[in-house]
Amino acid sequence: MSSVAQKRGFGATLWDWLTTVDHKKIGILYLLGGGFFFVVGGIEAMIIRVQLLTPNNDLVSAGIFNQIITMHGTTMIFLAAMPILIGFMNAIMPLQIGARDVAFPFLNSLGFWMFFFGGVFLNISWFFGQVPDAGWTSYASLAMASEGHGVDFYAIGLQIAGGGTLLGGINFLVTIINMRAPGMTYMRMPLFTWTTFVASAMILFAFPPLTVGLFLLTFERMFGANFFDPTMGGNTIIWEHIFWIFGHPEVYILILPAFGIFSEIFSIFSRKRLFGYSAMVFATVLIGFLGFMVWAHHMFTVGLGPTANAIFSVATMAIAIPTGVKIFNWLLTIWGGSIKVTTPMLWALAFIPTFVMGGVTGVMLGTAPLDYQLHDTYFVVAHFHYVIVGGTVFGIIAGTHLYWPKMFGTMLNEALGKVTFWFFFIGFHLTFLIQHWLGFWGMPRRVFTYMDGQGWNSANVISSVGALFMAIGITIMVYNIIVTSIKNVRVANDPWGDGRTLEWAIESPPVFYNFAQTPLVRGLDTVYIEKMEGNLSGITPAEPVQDIHMPNGSFIPFMLSLGLFIAGFGAMFRTEEPWGMAVLIIGLVWTFAAMAMRSLKDDLGFYVKKEDILKDMKRKGGQK
Amino acid sequence: MADVQVYKKSTAEFNLGQRRARKSMRGQIMMFSLMIFLTIMSFSMVMAYQADVIGFSKYLIIPTLMLFAAVQVGLQLYYFMHMNEKGHGIPQMFMYTGVILAFTVVLTFSTIIWW
Repeated sequence: MSSVAQKRGFGATLWDWLTTVDHKKIGILYLLGGGFFFVVGGIEAMIIRVQLLTPNNDLVSAGIFNQIITMHGTTMIFLAAMPILIGFMNAIMPLQIGARDVAFPFLNSLGFWMFFFGGVFLNISWFFGQVPDAGWTSYASLAMASEGHGVDFYAIGLQIAGGGTLLGGINFLVTIINMRAPGMTYMRMPLFTWTTFVASAMILFAFPPLTVGLFLLTFERMFGANFFDPTMGGNTIIWEHIFWIFGHPEVYILILPAFGIFSEIFSIFSRKRLFGYSAMVFATVLIGFLGFMVWAHHMFTVGLGPTANAIFSVATMAIAIPTGVKIFNWLLTIWGGSIKVTTPMLWALAFIPTFVMGGVTGVMLGTAPLDYQLHDTYFVVAHFHYVIVGGTVFGIIAGTHLYWPKMFGTMLNEALGKVTFWFFFIGFHLTFLIQHWLGFWGMPRRVFTYMDGQGWNSANVISSVGALFMAIGITIMVYNIIVTSIKNVRVANDPWGDGRTLEWAIESPPVFYNFAQTPLVRGLDTVYIEKMEGNLSGITPAEPVQDIHMPNGSFIPFMLSLGLFIAGFGAMFRTEEPWGMAVLIIGLVWTFAAMAMRSLKDDLGFYVKKEDILKDMKRKGGQK
Repeated sequence: MADVQVYKKSTAEFNLGQRRARKSMRGQIMMFSLMIFLTIMSFSMVMAYQADVIGFSKYLIIPTLMLFAAVQVGLQLYYFMHMNEKGHGIPQMFMYTGVILAFTVVLTFSTIIWW
């Protein structure tokens, strides 16, 4: 099998993408899937803002508004932000550690397809007209009162998608622990790899509580259990605890990879080694650990008692310390650097003040007495959009511009990138800054409309105008992506010119086996070290050219996830439709058949022959 | 195919390996006896309680059983699942992290929900 590009029909290409186990292609699939859901969630956001544009607006009814805010939150967190970040982890992390693929390529593919089918399952609820409407946190008292199948779609869809994420997390952990190139010690790993590692460890510990919680909810709603119903001896607060035991680490899972991307950007475009590397690693690990100790700060007003509130309040504020360490390290990385303000750098520069604002309001909310005032107001909405959009989404867009050449081999237009930035950046602050004051002025979150004459009118108009700016920014970015893909101007290994880590020493996009020879790593920023010592290729090989063992593609992950998707419908309509039970059984049998096929059929992969590798290297001019 | 490499140990290396294997075997047998002993103790304590022997109250036996169980889990992990050997740092780190997180959750639940 040669890696020389061949002209293929549409069917063969589609089959290739459906069966791929290549981490770079799966990364692109995650990016496409996450990007699609990002647009869906964005449209929902726009409807929310149009509805709130004027007082007493009746564009959507209260019920539909609940559905839209629930789906906006759920989609953006689970189906847009996380998959896109996992896409970057997939596409970049193995390249950064000098690996040829992730540890379990099959599971990687399975993880993607489970996310995809879970996301489709959740969104199919729109076509049934029974949409989740209990908020993205789906608090049990609301979830139990919700009629129709809305919350069932939430529970089952997230169960499937969450399983995929858990597979991805475990996969990255094993990859980073076992598959680093010779010389790549833990303290030489690029910061994006480190944040991937810590975020994956958090996925490992945070998703099981979600799985348990969703199972309890599923059984509560569909199978007559009574975990949360106080009239039957249950406890509705248990759900809140379980959800936030997952939910708080989840927000750090979202922000840490973005921190990683920004660390790379600051270092590349300040053309300096990252300031305080070991402190950065320590801060990342500490944030990851403390992230599990603070979940109850989402529940101060539940009535946990002053002792619990005080403990969780102090723990929450402690997180500001490692985060502050990071902020100062980034500033000191820029300090004295030879700065190039490219599009990714522009996003990174804007990220620091924006994220600090979100962090400061976070400490305000973490102060339990003040939280009693601010709880469930627009102040909270403003806070979490400042951290999630100002941190994660900025990181995602910066990463898209930074890694686009590495993933697709073409360069996004810099001018359009900057136009995107200014529209989005201004729009973002226009939308959410004023919402802090809306919160102070008493506007509760999640209300579908408000009365005239409360002083909220003009603030809401400003907010909605800002949302329009953001939408324009994203539209320009999509246009940029389309134009760039059509023009298809290929770029070299390191189009930014200042790449410091291994991914910039191989071609864009890399051949499917990534490294013809496993690289030898001699320090942090290994490519920079090599180049400074006159090795222009940036890589010192650690092995002779030899046959490379690679995994075969497989269609089983797609089929396995499809089985779960089908079973989900069966479970939901089990009692009320005659076909429900049958579909549930068919779906599960389908899933187990796919598992059996994987277990019983040996698939030992294949070898890329030495001659083919030499041919590839010659074609690239890497070896004379 | 990638070549299979055959590595031949020197006599010194071979002897070192032998000595380590013997030491490891001695440790395993000692720990196995200790675990059997702990199990017998546990059973006899419960038997004594059921036979109403003076001094064997519930409040003595249950904590002692818990302690013995914890020791047994530790011995199992460290001696029979080889966690005392080199190269197990990462599994240890993840296990202890998990234990700490689970402990926090149980502590919180038992103090502010179920108390």
